[in-house]
Amino acid sequence: MTAIYNYVLNLADNTLILGQRLSEWCGIGPFLEEDLALTNTALDIIGQAQMLLKLAVELKGEGTVDELAFIRDQHQFKNVILVEQSNGDYAQTMLRQYMMDVYHVHLYSVLSSSKQQQLAAIAEKSLKEVLYHKERSELWIKRMASGTDESQQRLQKALNFLWHYHHELFENSDEINELVQQGIAAKPDELHNKWEAEVKTLIASLPLEIPVTGWKATGGRAGHHSEYLGKILCEMQFLQRAYPNCEW
Amino acid sequence: MKCSFYSGLIQIVSGDLQTSKTSEVLKILQQVTDPEIPVLSLQDLGVIRQVDVDDDHVIVTISPTYSGCPAMDIMEQDIIDILEKQGKENGLPNKVKVKTQLSPAWTTEWITEKGKKELLKYGIMPPSKKGEIMCPQCKSKKIELLSQFGSTACKALYRCKDCLEPFDYFKCH
Repeated sequence: MTAIYNYVLNLADNTLILGQRLSEWCGIGPFLEEDLALTNTALDIIGQAQMLLKLAVELKGEGTVDELAFIRDQHQFKNVILVEQSNGDYAQTMLRQYMMDVYHVHLYSVLSSSKQQQLAAIAEKSLKEVLYHKERSELWIKRMASGTDESQQRLQKALNFLWHYHHELFENSDEINELVQQGIAAKPDELHNKWEAEVKTLIASLPLEIPVTGWKATGGRAGHHSEYLGKILCEMQFLQRAYPNCEW
Repeated sequence: MKCSFYSGLIQIVSGDLQTSKTSEVLKILQQVTDPEIPVLSLQDLGVIRQVDVDDDHVIVTISPTYSGCPAMDIMEQDIIDILEKQGKENGLPNKVKVKTQLSPAWTTEWITEKGKKELLKYGIMPPSKKGEIMCPQCKSKKIELLSQFGSTACKALYRCKDCLEPFDYFKCH
């Protein structure tokens, strides 16, 4: 029970924090159409977070979706550190989005046939959405990489910064292995291979280079986050903290 | 007793007194429309998947269009409100529940032909599997994509190159 709860909560928190980050662009997008597009993407992702959090609540048999989103403190969040990174410029936002879109496409494809039926249904529903998101973020990567010198440089800078954060998406543990054995979870190694094959193929076709260092971000799943998460929660949780149980 | 819909078709599973109650529910629900597209009924949109009536409850099962669509909550409340208001005089139980069903995932293929015609008349290009998109105003096929998302998550924004009007396209999903 704890294993699947933790697994679902990791997926839920990844989407919740990513959706919250994307929402920060609302009203200040580079141009109107892009503003609409990115906030609609955020809406889909927050919708996925709601479904996953609801499943987490059902698995635990106590609490509510709102409590999980608005009352937990940062050490209780299980999202990967990649999704809490600042939006930076549009290159950084869209590269993080592309990295997460490719991950979600492969993840949900596998989870659509998970033996946990509710998880399978959520994956089936979400897959249709993330395929469209990926189409969009991939176009942006191509456009920025082969656009002007400045757009290429900004994208390369984003790649140098974000690349070291992707490994955490594919971390393995005894808990996850157990769920893989039961046909519930996706195998992290296989996901990693599919992700790398796809992302590296795209990057190789563009004037971009993957940075080489041995450094890898880790710790998010265990609740060890970067300084950004606290700031995100300050904003996201403000209303429920200041006015507990407030509804409108 | 069950009444299910697939691809816009209504299948009445059993034919007794309960079935007539189910039809009554469906008749009432025809008045409920998508809050963002008021010409499209929820049945034509394909979100109402099943209606069950027992001694105490009317249970309506819906499939959400997009996971984060804020219109879903309003649709749910509209279903409850109208059935609570009009159900009693039509001999239906006054307790109403709305259940959400994620799988099979909602698809634009569940939008009925009538629904597609209503969309076009309203100025929204209905989903086209063949990608044959035309301007709902002047019917020109010379169009361009402005943004992959329009005013809501379910639509994309296009512009007609002939009459220069921008228009929403209900994306295939």
